[in-house]
Order: sequence, then C-alpha cells, then structure tokens
Amino acid sequence: MSDLISSHQAPSANAVNSRHWLAQPFTEKATQRFLLVLLGAVALVSVLHLAFPEGHPLHVSTYTVTLLGKYLCYALLAVAVDLIWGYLGILSLGHGAFFALGGYAMGMYLMRQIGDRGVYGNPDLPDFMVFLNWDSLPWYWHGFDMAWFAFAMVVLAPGILALVFGFLAFRSRVTGVYLSIITQALTFALMLAFFRNEMGFGGNNGLTDFKDLLGFDLRSDATRLGLFIGSGLALAVGYILCRAIVSSKLGRVSVACRDAEARTRFLGYRVERVQLFVFVISAMLAGVAGAFYVPQVGIINPGEFSPLFSIEVVVWVALGGRATLYGAVIGALLVNYAKTVFTGIMPDAWLFALGALFVLVTVFLPQGIAGLMQQRFRRRPEPTAEENAA
Amino acid sequence: MSIRPSLRSALSTLTALLMLLSAAAVQAAPQAAPDAQATPQQQKVNAQDTQAAALLNQLADGSYHNKAKTIEQIADSSDERARQWLEAFAANKLARLEDSGEFVIIIKNRGRHWTIANALTGEPMGKRSRRDIDVIRVNNQLRNQLQDILSVIDLKVSDPERRLAAARDLRGKVTAEMTSQLRKVYVDEDHAEVKSALEEALAIYQLDTQQDPEAIEILDGSLSSEARAALNRAAQSDQPELAAAAKKALSGIQDKLKLNRAAETLYFGLSLGSVLVLAAIGLAITFGVMGVINMAHGELMMLGAYTTWGMQQLLPDSPGLALVLSIPAGFLVAALVGIGIERSVIRHLQGRPLETLLATFGISLILQQLVRTVISPLNRTVITPEWMSGSIMINEALSLTLNRLYIMGFAALVFIGLMMIMRKTRLGLEVRAVTQNRAMARAMGIRATRVDIMTFGLGSGVAGLAGVALSQITNVGPNLGQNYIIDSFMVVVFGGVGNLWGTLVAGLSLGTLNQLLEPWAGAVLAKIVVLVFIILFIQKRPRGLFPQKGRAAEG
Repeated sequence: MSDLISSHQAPSANAVNSRHWLAQPFTEKATQRFLLVLLGAVALVSVLHLAFPEGHPLHVSTYTVTLLGKYLCYALLAVAVDLIWGYLGILSLGHGAFFALGGYAMGMYLMRQIGDRGVYGNPDLPDFMVFLNWDSLPWYWHGFDMAWFAFAMVVLAPGILALVFGFLAFRSRVTGVYLSIITQALTFALMLAFFRNEMGFGGNNGLTDFKDLLGFDLRSDATRLGLFIGSGLALAVGYILCRAIVSSKLGRVSVACRDAEARTRFLGYRVERVQLFVFVISAMLAGVAGAFYVPQVGIINPGEFSPLFSIEVVVWVALGGRATLYGAVIGALLVNYAKTVFTGIMPDAWLFALGALFVLVTVFLPQGIAGLMQQRFRRRPEPTAEENAA
Repeated sequence: MSIRPSLRSALSTLTALLMLLSAAAVQAAPQAAPDAQATPQQQKVNAQDTQAAALLNQLADGSYHNKAKTIEQIADSSDERARQWLEAFAANKLARLEDSGEFVIIIKNRGRHWTIANALTGEPMGKRSRRDIDVIRVNNQLRNQLQDILSVIDLKVSDPERRLAAARDLRGKVTAEMTSQLRKVYVDEDHAEVKSALEEALAIYQLDTQQDPEAIEILDGSLSSEARAALNRAAQSDQPELAAAAKKALSGIQDKLKLNRAAETLYFGLSLGSVLVLAAIGLAITFGVMGVINMAHGELMMLGAYTTWGMQQLLPDSPGLALVLSIPAGFLVAALVGIGIERSVIRHLQGRPLETLLATFGISLILQQLVRTVISPLNRTVITPEWMSGSIMINEALSLTLNRLYIMGFAALVFIGLMMIMRKTRLGLEVRAVTQNRAMARAMGIRATRVDIMTFGLGSGVAGLAGVALSQITNVGPNLGQNYIIDSFMVVVFGGVGNLWGTLVAGLSLGTLNQLLEPWAGAVLAKIVVLVFIILFIQKRPRGLFPQKGRAAEG
C-alpha cells in the first residue's frame, strides 16, 4: 500500500494501525454496531418471511423482501459515493454510470441464460437482436454466457471505465466543480449511447424478461429471498472494505487530499494515485450494487444512466451525512422509502419533496442525519468534512 | 492534397458570411412596404375591376372569333384573377347572372340550384336556380387556345415572386405547344431572375428535344434539380461532344452544390451555436463571478420561454408584439426568480460550490414540478409571428430559415450588450474586480454582496432571454431546461470560466462541430462524440480554451 501513495521517502505515518488494515474495521465499535444492526435486520426479515404463512400479520411478503433488497443495493451505491465524496472530496455526479454498467454486465449474463426460451426462441440471440434482424452476436457479448466471466465484468467494466476516466482527469488535476460537471457529462453521454439500438444493448427497452440466475428461477420466492440476503451481505462486505480503506494510512492521505490537496502534494504524496485508487474501488462497488439490483427489479435500461439518478444518489449521502459511511446507508434507505411512499400516494408531490430535500439538507443540515446523531450523543465526531472542504 | 479542403472550407466560410449579410439587407427592405401602399392599391383594384368587368362582358357577348381575342386580352391584363376566370371558362363554369349581370363562377353544378361565387370578389353567393345563370359558351378551338394560355398565364401576373415561382415550376414541363408562347413571354419579361428561369426552362426543352449544345452553356452553373436531370440525360447521349460538354457542366454544378451544402452546414452550426451561447452565457457570468454552479439555470430559461407563452395568451391577436414584449418580461421574470434563489439559498452556501450545486439542483426540480402542476405537464405552443417564419432563398440549393437568423442576431445583440455592461459600466467594473479577487475588492470598498445579487440577477435574466429565443425553435415544456443544461455546462467548461469571449467561441465551435458530425454520424452519436471530445479536451486544458491568467487564475 505504501508505495501506492508516496512517491519516495514520504514521512512515515504514525503507527496507529498495528493490525492488518483489512482487519482494522472489526475492532471498531461503530462498525461492529452497524454490522450487527444490518445483519440482524436481514436475518429478521428472512425469518419473518419464512416462518409466518401468508396473511399472518407478521409475515413479510416477497414484494417487500424484493423492495428491501433494492434499497440495500441503493445503500451500497450510496456507500460507494460516500467513499469518494466524504473521504476524498470528489463529488461524482456520474456514479449511476458505474452502477448501470455493473447492472448491464449482469443483465447480459441473464439475457444469455434465457437461451431459447425467448419470444423468438432463438438459442443464440437475445430477443431484441432477432427483432432488429441481427444475424450474429456482437463480439462484446461473447463470454457473457459464462457466469464467472459475467461476474468478473460486473467489477471490471465499471473499474476500467473509472480507471481510464480517472487517470485522465486526476493526472490533469481536474477537480472540484469541473470534475462534477465532467462526470455528469460522462453519464449523460453513456445514456445517449445506450439509448441507441445500434449499440447492441437493447436500446431504450434495455434488457429484461430474465428467467434464471445460476440455475435458480428468478420468479421463485426462495431466489428472491436469496438475492435479498446476498444484497445485505454485499453491503456488509462493501462497508467493511470502505471502512478498512478509510481507517488505513491510505484513507488518512485521502482525507488530507480532500482538505488540502496542494499541501498533501507538497508533502510528497502522489495525490492523483490515491484519488485514482479510491475512485476505481468506489466505481467497482457501484458496479456490484448494480449487479445485485438488476435481477431483483428484473430490468436494466438506459434510464439508470440518467444524470438525475446520479445526483439523487448524492443527496442520499448528503441527507445521511458525509464521511460516515453509515450515514450514506441511512440516507439511501430513508429517501428511497420516502420515494416509495410518496410516489404511491401522490406522485406529483415527490419531485417537490426531493427538491426541497436537496435545498434543506444543504442549507440546514450540512452534516446530515449522522451529524445530528453525533451532536445528540455528545460524542467526539468522526472525521467529518469540514465546512470549507470543497 | 491537404491544402485543398482547408482552402475550400475557408472559401465556404467567406461566402456564407457574405450571404448572411446580404440576406439581412434583403430582409430589412420590404418590411415597411405594405402599409404605405394601402390607399393607392385600393384605387388600383377598383380600376382593375371596371376593366375586368368590361373584358368579361366582351367575352360573354362576342362572337367566337372575338372571344379568342378577348381571351388574349384577359391573359395579358396581368390581373391576378385571370387564371381563375379562364380556367372556369374552359370548364364551362364562368357565367353571368341574368338579372344583375354580375359575373359568377360556378362551384357546384349539380341539381337545379347551383352553388356560385362572385367572379370579381371571390365572395360566395350561395345557391341560385340554374335558370338564372347564363353560362358563357365555349368551343373546342377556344379550349385548345385556353390550354396554351393557361400554361403560361402565371408568367403574366404582376407579382414578380409569383412569376418566378411559375417560371421555376415550368422547368422540365415545357411541351412543344407551349414554346412559342414561352418565347414571347421570355422576350417581354424584364425581371432578371424570372428571365433566367424561363431561359433555363426553354434550354432544358431544347436539350431534351434537339440535343442543342448551346443549351448546355445556358444550363451550366444552374442549381436546379431539373437542369441537373436534363444534363444527366445529355451526358448519356450518343453524341460524344454533347456528352462531354454535359459532363463538364455537371461536375461544375456538383462543386457549386458542395459549396452550398457547406454553407448550409455552417449556417445550421452557427445557429445551434448561437443558441448554445445564449444558454451558456448567463451561466458563465454567475459561475465566473461567484464560483457558483447554478443547476437551476435551465429552469430559468424555461421560465423565460413560459413568459413568452403567457404573453401570447394575454395578447392573442398579436403574437409578434407579444414576442417583442416578452423580451423584457422574460428577462425580468427570470432575473427576479434568480435573485430570489440567490437571497434565499445561495447566500447561505458561500464558499461551498458543491453544496450550491446540489441546492440549485433541488430548486430546478421544484421549478419543473411547479410548472407541471400549475400550468401543464404537456408542451405549450408558442406562435411564431409571421415576420419570423419562412425562409430566405439565397439560391435554389440554399435557403436560410428566418427564425434561426433572428436568433443569431438576437444572440449577437445579447452578447454585445453583456460585453458593454462588463466593459463600460460601474457594475461591470465591480463584477470584474470581485471575479479577480473577492477579498481585495471588498477591501477597496466594493460591496460584494450587492455585486453578487446584481450578477446573479443579470445571469438569470440572460437565461430568461435565452428562453424567449428558445420558445421560437423548440417545444416549450417543463423539460426545456433539462435538455439544455448539460450542453450549457459543456460550453462554459470548454470556453473557460469568467471569459465571455471564451463562451462565444466555445458555443459557436461546439454548435458547428455538432452539425459537421451530424450527417456523418447521426444526431445522437454526434452529441456523444462532442461530449467525449470535451471530456478529453478538459484533460489537456483543465481551465478551458481561454483560461484566466495571472493572479486571478488561482480561485
């Protein structure tokens, strides 16, 4: 790790972390508590779903389980955004792109699993390709019939995009508002591209009508519960990974980059490498979130690339509280629960509420809910974003 | 090899600019004309009516021999209704009422009562018993004569525009019977454009029927598709000399067409670019001065567009006046909303640009939904006033739509106006001071808060102006702003912050680039390519085309 962040004889960090950096999170009280709550909730929902028959007041329906699974995917995406926004000071307005890329990789695998059960019954080509009169599979679809390859692409496709994009951006020291705008342009361009039928990703209909995943029927209750538990575990693992990164030396350097980029550079740290590393990890986590999301909602289309979605993710994090990670989870769950409720009762009001949320959180609640909780319990705050961090 | 294309593009730029200038001059001229001529024209019409009635009486009462002469006279009278009368006459539908002696045109001659209209005024006169109607009689010889005359009658009206259209329409349709009439008309014609169109029509006929090499010389350089078709036919001819000459003429025409197409692309590019400049320039001001990314900028544009719509609802009878009035109104509405945003939200987020971005995004969502709820989620129609619709025909291969021309002019005016404000006024001076160094400007006694309010109001007002302009070329709906916001950001980022010239150059070049790519890649792909280009460009020059230099740069 150390040669990643310092060019040569950088001043050695203090020896806070005597343990291995990956083991560090398990020693933290807050992380232990978070994992306990998360895994406890997942277990509780599973038990309620299985133990009580339908119609029982304590029964959790399959619909709710899937909905919660979806929220957990969003929460993982929010954690990924918090990692770079809270601890690195990079406001990405294009993280939806990485999420969607992971989703598309999973979607392509699921499409290939359909085989000849599609409407046109073509064993080699997905339905939309038959519909568009394509006679063979495009080269980039090869390999997606193999699970290991598809799952690798879930991580690699967003990772490589983030690597290339981040390499170019951080090397030229594009930061702050410029970087935000450019990431937004990136996801916008991808959205336009994926809307094109010629791209071979199903155009504006996207990929849908999935049948099964690794041989499990996607419509069965058991598979849905399994996906929910999987999402919970993915969130737990992603959380531990992020926690490990931010409490390692690398994490400390990245906080230094956030608060005083030029000073960190002058101290001998390779700021752009730290930024690139964290950015790529964050993109990969977003991709994993997308991959768990797609089989649960049953569709992936270019709408996930829309700039609105990406910026919505940012407001989840802002509401929950930046640079806390658990705040991101709280924000994602709260906003999405509110969205489900609002769009159910009065769909028109949702955009008002969301807009007001953006304004109120930024003006009155710069530390988010996590900040409020910390104030309330009168504890020393975790390393939080300072007022003037840009 | 590599010099040629660049020379050609330079030439096309020059010609297009000249065309635009001349187009603007042409457009300015006929504006005042109709009102001034109103009374003399009225008198002329009355005189024409008496003359026409006399001619029609001759037609009704004369012998067949005299009728033939009268037909000639009517055709030569340059009366606009002549065609109508003669067509009706040939179809046995021109008649005189027995009781009043008025001339009528029969619209429907079934049953006992026929539907008629006044031949002179064109007013419908309801149904009359067929016994009251005295149809003017015609024979086959007269019908033949009428057919020939009708084919060229449009060439005899007094309006040169209509003559030109008729002459152009004739190309490729000339028949042997028409030639003698056409030659006569050609000799009498004194309008140069009509004359050349007639010459072309005759030349096409000659080339097709007589393989006349002289016709090729006449057709050389013509941009009409009919001339090209005739030359193509001649190029297939078995006379080698004729074919060679036709081919040579064709290749010359191809070059000319290419030039015109380049000019057209440039025009579309510049017009798209000027829209981008309009949309982005307000953003550039607020971003440059306050370091604030105003995500609600697009929605301020939307408000400007809705102001235009509202104005037209208030003044339903004069959409043109409403459009002119909505220029100040749109500015005011957007500026006031902008100042409201600044006072209520942005003020509290000083020095936190990323939070400002989020908060203004929230405002943009609220404004959008507000319009959806209060007005309608559907698009509203904004009427384009008459003087803004239509197009100017530079030549037959190139015509420029007027509304885009107006928007280009409007963008130029707005740009110059902003430039003057920045350069010549006290506010501009203060704005530039605050942009360069806020703390120092305040130390020198500039009230930075006031400057913030004024700049934000100005930037938002310009967004409103952009909205007024956009209402003329796109749908006015709640999503109007969203469609332009990312493009505007790209222009600002590409041009460099705090530099109006940068915004101008960036907007125009991005617009032109987009249009250049479009025929080659398609609209969506062109947009993607432009976005990717900017993303890559930012890596090379992180501060845009025209970065701020010196001490002001570190902000």
